[in-house]
Amino acid sequence: MTTVDTVTGTAKTMVLNMGPQHPSTHGVLRILLELDGETVVKAVPDIGYLHTGIEKSCEDKTYSQAITLTDRIDYLNPLGNNLVYCLAVEKLLGLEVPKRAQYIRVLTVELQRISSHLVWLGTHAIDLGAMSVFLYCFREREEILKIFEMFAGQRMMTSYIRIGGVALEPPAGWRPAVRKFLNMMPSRVDEYEELLTKNPIWVRRTKDIGYISPEDAIAWSMTGPTLRAAGLAYDNRKVFPYSSYEEFNFDVPTRTESDCYARYLVRVAEIRESLKIIHQAMEKIADEGPITAEAPGIIPPQREKMKTEMEALIYHFKIFTEGFSPQPGEAFVAVESPRGELGCFVASDGSPKPLRVHFRSPSFINLQALPKLIEGQLIADVIACIGTIDIVLGEVDR
Amino acid sequence: MRLEIVTESSSQNANVVVECLRSWNPQAIAEVIEFRDETTIVLPRELLRAAAEHCRANAKLQFNLLTDATCVDRYPVEPRFELNYHLVSIPRRDKVRLQVCVSGQDPVVDSLVSVWPGANWLEREIFDLFGVRFNGHPDLRRILLPEDWEGYPLRKDFPVEGFRDVPSTSDLFKKSSML
Repeated sequence: MTTVDTVTGTAKTMVLNMGPQHPSTHGVLRILLELDGETVVKAVPDIGYLHTGIEKSCEDKTYSQAITLTDRIDYLNPLGNNLVYCLAVEKLLGLEVPKRAQYIRVLTVELQRISSHLVWLGTHAIDLGAMSVFLYCFREREEILKIFEMFAGQRMMTSYIRIGGVALEPPAGWRPAVRKFLNMMPSRVDEYEELLTKNPIWVRRTKDIGYISPEDAIAWSMTGPTLRAAGLAYDNRKVFPYSSYEEFNFDVPTRTESDCYARYLVRVAEIRESLKIIHQAMEKIADEGPITAEAPGIIPPQREKMKTEMEALIYHFKIFTEGFSPQPGEAFVAVESPRGELGCFVASDGSPKPLRVHFRSPSFINLQALPKLIEGQLIADVIACIGTIDIVLGEVDR
Repeated sequence: MRLEIVTESSSQNANVVVECLRSWNPQAIAEVIEFRDETTIVLPRELLRAAAEHCRANAKLQFNLLTDATCVDRYPVEPRFELNYHLVSIPRRDKVRLQVCVSGQDPVVDSLVSVWPGANWLEREIFDLFGVRFNGHPDLRRILLPEDWEGYPLRKDFPVEGFRDVPSTSDLFKKSSML
């Protein structure tokens, strides 16, 4: 643990311990703040309170078993975590996923992005004193979670995206449900914007707060909305497309002010872009077609086949007793999570269990630039700055 | 069967990186590995920081974003630690992986914080979980684990359950029924 003496305390300044149990730290983040009056002189974030050793646990499971662990890294973006892990293992295997499954993945991941941004918007607003936005955001998030429940049978820890495809055929009635959500959402986003965008309190709490220059943002490896609000249109969906994102029409919203207000505008614009993508994905998803790749020995066979074919039964048995063994090698895949570049590095030694699984979690890396954002600012703005980089502590500590 | 092995041909981009590094220092590249369209450049340990600086500053390469740094423990093979740095060039839309191998007896490499400040926490994480030390790191402390933690949990010779004696469920039950 970081002790107080790592911050240089002099007679003029005072050391304040913020967290780990502080409502606006979005989990268990501790920050040591050295204050001169109300101005932050130095800030030292202290993390690790939620460390659960997921990367170590992955090494003790087969490739398919580890998927359930990935859900729990970033609990606001479980589908994105499933996706990046599956893409990495598929790359290691050289497996090609059918188009239909790719579009279903895009649809669910974009819904997830909206739900994550809604949680961010609601909590960020409540931190800064706007209570009602929180209630509205969670009302709409509930609708998304209901759609996830339809698809996966689970609201949060879905484990829906699997190696080689997705777990289940989209449920009956998914189209009306998603369409209903798409029809409802644009006016609801307008509602949030009416509450916040021109709200003088909101503007004064966020404008010119938490500035970081684009050069610094890149040097500190920041990605996601934080980098895009600094004027760089770096989005993995456009720059290094995966899961057929190159077939979708959408814009990458950017701003140049690089303050909390710009990041707010970028995220709200991203919600609208995600809606566009979901629209297109709905049209692209055919009513029939494969949802998993055909790779015996890697993808579990269908139930029906197991009743008639001996090979299918053998493969089923082998997959669930010993798993499959990719050839030795390493693969790194990065996707765009709601928080930034979410990467997954998987190394194989030719055994059925991964040699190493590492997650490049955007929250962890964006958080290390927090002192850069808050040093020299007022203590009240620390809250705004923590909110604006959108951290999930489960992902920071893994 | 739709198992399709991605062709392992070296892409045009990979050649640029390899050529640039070779022309900068003929000893800079120990090995180039092409696997699944990913280029891995294995560097000698002494040249890591200089080569990384070259990758960042060279106008032909422009690897301005250090996206990830991680370690693989290949115990009991020596050199056991394999450090991987994933670089992205935003202007050139390119990726490359730099790799350095270090032995278990002397797990020390140069820190890249002076090249990319963002390497700070990534290297602290590797130090915390693998026990690899970074020369010239400004603040090399444990980051995820408590400071008094013994051992480095992501090493392969560290058991998944940990070293500490964990009381079994039946022990806990006996204890609770005695109260």
